[in-house]
Amino acid sequence: MAFQLLTRALRSRPDQILSSPSAFSAVRAFSSAPITATLFPGDGIGPEIAEAVKQIFREAEVPIEWEEHYVGTEVDPRTQSFLTWESLESVRRNRVGLKGPMATPIGKGHRSLNLTLRKELNLYANVRPCYSLPGYKTLYDDVNLITIRENTEGEYSGLEHQVVRGVVESLKIITRQASLRVAEYAFHYAKAHGRERVSAIHKANIMQKTDGLFLKCCREVAEKYPEITYEEVVIDNCCMMLVKNPALFDVLVMPNLYGDIISDLCAGLIGGLGLTPSCNIGEGGIALAEAVHGSAPDIAGKNLANPTALLLSGVSMLRHLELHDKADRIQKAVLDTIAEGKYRTADLGGKSTTSDFTKAICDHL
Amino acid sequence: MARRSLPDLLKRLSPATAARSITYMPRPGDGTPRAVTLIPGDGMGPLVTGAVEQVMEAMHAPVYFERYEVRGDMKAFPSEVIESIRRNKVCLKGGLITPVGGGVSSLNVQLRKELDLYASLVNCRNMPGLPIRHEKVDIVVVRENTEGEYAGLEHEVVPGVVQSLKVITKHCSERIAEYAFEYAYLNNRKKVTAVHKANIMKLADGLFLESCREVAERYPAIAYNEIIVDNCCMQLVSRPEQFDVMVTPNLYGNLVANTAAGIAGGTGFMPGGNVGADHAVFEQGTSAGNVGKNENIITEKKANPMALLLSSAMMLRHLQFPSFADRLETAVGRVIADGKCRTKDIGGDSTTQEVVDAVIANID
Repeated sequence: MAFQLLTRALRSRPDQILSSPSAFSAVRAFSSAPITATLFPGDGIGPEIAEAVKQIFREAEVPIEWEEHYVGTEVDPRTQSFLTWESLESVRRNRVGLKGPMATPIGKGHRSLNLTLRKELNLYANVRPCYSLPGYKTLYDDVNLITIRENTEGEYSGLEHQVVRGVVESLKIITRQASLRVAEYAFHYAKAHGRERVSAIHKANIMQKTDGLFLKCCREVAEKYPEITYEEVVIDNCCMMLVKNPALFDVLVMPNLYGDIISDLCAGLIGGLGLTPSCNIGEGGIALAEAVHGSAPDIAGKNLANPTALLLSGVSMLRHLELHDKADRIQKAVLDTIAEGKYRTADLGGKSTTSDFTKAICDHL
Repeated sequence: MARRSLPDLLKRLSPATAARSITYMPRPGDGTPRAVTLIPGDGMGPLVTGAVEQVMEAMHAPVYFERYEVRGDMKAFPSEVIESIRRNKVCLKGGLITPVGGGVSSLNVQLRKELDLYASLVNCRNMPGLPIRHEKVDIVVVRENTEGEYAGLEHEVVPGVVQSLKVITKHCSERIAEYAFEYAYLNNRKKVTAVHKANIMKLADGLFLESCREVAERYPAIAYNEIIVDNCCMQLVSRPEQFDVMVTPNLYGNLVANTAAGIAGGTGFMPGGNVGADHAVFEQGTSAGNVGKNENIITEKKANPMALLLSSAMMLRHLQFPSFADRLETAVGRVIADGKCRTKDIGGDSTTQEVVDAVIANID
């Protein structure tokens, strides 16, 4: 109850809490023993921004011990990819992780890194809170929404084949189980963070059975949460309303393809992938926060990268661990630094280096 | 014709409008009135098609309408409607609401497949006077209209597992790419962008891209590039000026067109239509939010007729009546720029009839 009051009080500020005690989180007693979390610095600018995150977390005295894992240089036969079995075991054991940008090596004979993580850890929901950053002006000022995307099936099942020359079929799969799972998470999230409305995005007027099944599952879950308003919006309507008036939306839950497009559209509304946090939720309460931008090999190693996305993803990881006061402090420091405008990296239109930006955030703590 | 006030008349006599700009030599008999099939539809449809009928009447345009009643929940198009469209070759459609999740397959999709209207065109352009956030939007979305995700092939594999087939063929991809490049060539457009998700759907969207690339080689003067659909939506909301003509498969086209219409000023203002080798059906470019059962807007008669009016101007040009088309577009442009007559979707309170009267008053 107190938790709900606290979240409502914080609601006026951009809110980024990600879970609450229940089947969805790895329930941790708040103890002074450090929590181990897996860190994948990634490639390109990954290591630099991971350093920035570690430095800021240290300054804020966050009780986290990082277990760093790197992408290997050979394919591990146990995982069929460049990610080793040990790395995956580490995430399974620690239940939380933070991932930087990873460049998928070109070539055959191995699975893509993101696909490996998704399948092995059964990451079924991708959650992206999108809110306008005060101080970084885009054409939209009033964005405050969360997109929750089903991450395992739908159009991205990878099942395609050529029927005859020049005719290709691609299968879109929707199952009751996966739709129920992501709908449950969406409503649980909405309730835990004091959100009032959940909108299911679909194209069931055309894809009647597949999106129809998705909607049916959402409706079933909606009945269990009568205090949350539930609505259904056709995807083309949703796109149009998002670009005209994003304040109309609160929590959005969608199948895979629509989720991909809408979550990137919303990232575009607030300033791009360099500022957007993201978190993947897996079975059994695993949370893997990640920065969704690319590895930017052209500015790697030059101390120019913007660590905001990885930082805010780290904050969402902290909220999942229920270290809310630390999360709030770091988030406030980041937002204040950007709002102040004195230290901004090149992609935000400024001239600071990564280390200057990091130091400014530490000063704001 | 409505009576004009003195300031109005003076505006019309300004040098900009006094010069005749188009030289067009019609054939004898081109002025014979042409028959156009009219399908008002349901929801807001009858309101907006009524607006078009009034304006056409006021302009004495050489078209007459054969009206047919069709509702969105019918099982199929009545055969006399299809006959009429086959005979007249041109149709103007209001809007048909497709019930969600019900057992009826969309009549809009049926019509497009029946008449093989394989290209859907949406013109998204900033117009002076519209409340917008993005400047320099001038995008034409060419969308494949017959296959892709809208193949309608779904079935339940076992209880709780449903699958839907997305079909992409070389034949359809090639002809839509050909249409897009030809459109760009005929309208002096500089760039065609193909929208896809071939990093995930490698075979299906890969085939689409392959067809686009082949056609691009035949038009070396037109620049060609490719963009992934999620990046595309992100770029549309941040830097829309980079896009010119966009060619897309069916579903992405729906999303991109609605996004582009939203940033250019709203779906109430973007003209468009569906065209095939033999027939053309003109309707609102994108219908999200502006077609359908919005009870208040219907009972209060406040639907926005501008998109359909601009589509009917496109139709007049298609029928080779360019002067009428120009006059209609100019009139609509003046009413929008004036800003005094705004319907609910852009924050005003005018009724459809008030907008129609304003347009008629502004026709030269």
